[in-house]
Amino acid sequence: MQPIIRVENLVKVYRTGKVEVRALQGVTFEVHPGEFIAIMGPSGSGKTTLMNILGCLDTPTGGRYVLDGVEVSSLRENQLAEIRNRKIGFVFQNFHLLPRLTAFQNVELPLLYASVPKSIRVRRVRDLLERVGLGERMHHRPNELSGGQMQRVAIARALVNDPAIILADEPTGNLDTLSGEEIMSIFQELNEEGRTIILVTHERDIAQHARRVIHFRDGRILKNEDVTDRIDARQLLEELKRQRNLLEEAG
Amino acid sequence: MNFSESFQTALFNLLANKLRSFLTMLGVIIGVASVVAMVSLGQGMRAQIVDQISSLGSNILTVIPGRVRQGAGPMGMFMARGGGNVLKYEYFQELRATPFPGIRAVTTEATTSLPVTFARESVFVNVVGTTPELLEIRNFMLLGGRSFSGYDYSYSRKVAILGHTVAQDLFGDPLLAVGASIRVGRTIFTVVGVLEPKTMGGQDLGNQVFIPLTTFRQYLTGDRYLRNIIVQVDDKENIPLVSQWLSDFFRRKIGDPEQFSILNQQDLLETVESVTGTVTLFLAVIAGISLLVGGIGIMNIMLVSVAERTREIGLRKAIGAKPRDILLQFLLESSFLSLVGGVVGLVLGILAGRTMASFSQFPFVLSPQVMVLALSVSLAVGLFFGIYPARRASRLDPITALRYE
Repeated sequence: MQPIIRVENLVKVYRTGKVEVRALQGVTFEVHPGEFIAIMGPSGSGKTTLMNILGCLDTPTGGRYVLDGVEVSSLRENQLAEIRNRKIGFVFQNFHLLPRLTAFQNVELPLLYASVPKSIRVRRVRDLLERVGLGERMHHRPNELSGGQMQRVAIARALVNDPAIILADEPTGNLDTLSGEEIMSIFQELNEEGRTIILVTHERDIAQHARRVIHFRDGRILKNEDVTDRIDARQLLEELKRQRNLLEEAG
Repeated sequence: MNFSESFQTALFNLLANKLRSFLTMLGVIIGVASVVAMVSLGQGMRAQIVDQISSLGSNILTVIPGRVRQGAGPMGMFMARGGGNVLKYEYFQELRATPFPGIRAVTTEATTSLPVTFARESVFVNVVGTTPELLEIRNFMLLGGRSFSGYDYSYSRKVAILGHTVAQDLFGDPLLAVGASIRVGRTIFTVVGVLEPKTMGGQDLGNQVFIPLTTFRQYLTGDRYLRNIIVQVDDKENIPLVSQWLSDFFRRKIGDPEQFSILNQQDLLETVESVTGTVTLFLAVIAGISLLVGGIGIMNIMLVSVAERTREIGLRKAIGAKPRDILLQFLLESSFLSLVGGVVGLVLGILAGRTMASFSQFPFVLSPQVMVLALSVSLAVGLFFGIYPARRASRLDPITALRYE
């Protein structure tokens, strides 16, 4: 099967004054459709740089990046914007919802930039918000939503243009364990439906929800291995809820 | 993103910061309002003066004693006096008797100040000795009675036509004056006509009494000098020709060309137009400076807005906004601010102009050009001062912008 992402010998060098930082020093890997990959590594390992390049927010200094059959490393700003709009769905650690827009309007935003007609927009946004369990809170603003709910809005926004991959950067970093687990269960469900997901994290527990983990250190791939003891978020959620109920009954 | 959606986004953002949007707009509102008010006032002034000059009669050349200095200003030209006793009665008679192509009528004004009395009422007025043609040339309208006849003139009859103000002061109802006997100085005159009210440059022209020049000379003063000699030309095209001829005529008579001047109404109009044009421009420039300040205010607030919304811009770019989408969004915001400011300013300017006009002697003139200019300038201000902040927003690097705190 054709890989959805092919990265070959990717190099990224930052220059700040006279200091040269080699954030990526020749990274090569492939992602196939339907995969769920976690990229792990300590801070400064280059995983954020890789994420930015994969998300077409940044361009590599050297090497090749092919996304869904398109050679991305040579594209110009407007074309990159279009790729970000249509092929990539971002989920960020701090949600990045626009505070003055309702959940509905936030999810609608990528469709506006894709010039999708209003009738289609309304249907798709509604479907997705219902899909992530926020059908009732469609017209609430972010400040009326919990952290977990905001991240679910962000996931709906990431899905709205039916992207080729979903890039999630520490999506549970700002959430408590239960909400984080709920988010991971949504990701696992989406993956079961065939979505390709790349998740960046520094938490081993979170990485274990994926099917494959790529370990990063000093701008290089350290290990690339399948997850053997995979966590099923739904089971864990039930476990967590039971524990909480027990605690509440006791206290 | 299409235009109407960009517009909705821009509007939404402006409404989210109502007070700030209003304060930003205020600069443009004040700028446009003052431009509109000032230019309208200037044009009102111009219209008024032009109207007054025209109301003195059309195609008129006036010979006056003394030299009118260049650049004395329009009213200066009017008021030009001095030179003293130069224009003799004989010149007027000779000029009147000499036919020249292009001259339709020749008249004159000899003036003196005398008390005019009816019953116990007495007022001090300007008594003008003239010919029957004057009223027509000067566009004086009769309110009642009649003008002088040729007989009145030829036989030095003691008849008078009263200006509106004089008649009102002496008789209360001006029309009661017709047929009455009044005393001018120590001579009894019969009032044959009363004029409609007339003013020029805020000056009341109704405070005059007109009598035949022959009567004037016989009963009031033996003075052989005239205040002016007025020549009406039949066609505008003949003015230069007649003017040259008059100049030659008086140079022959008087000798010294420094001793008299020939005022051309057309020149006067042009001078007035250019002077009021300068005044209007001056007012507009001063008002325009406040518009400039308003524009800088817009730029300032747009820069603040771009800084505040850095993360929003980063996010929008991350999910697919192109630089031009961001550019358009911010440009629409700034132009909307200034255009709405322009509309409000236009309305306020018209109101302010009207109010100012009602407190002055000038009419309020609002030309459509001023309205179009005000609106297009305010839109241009919004675009001009919005382009820099908008470009800055559109060029933000999404990664940096998303991390911005």
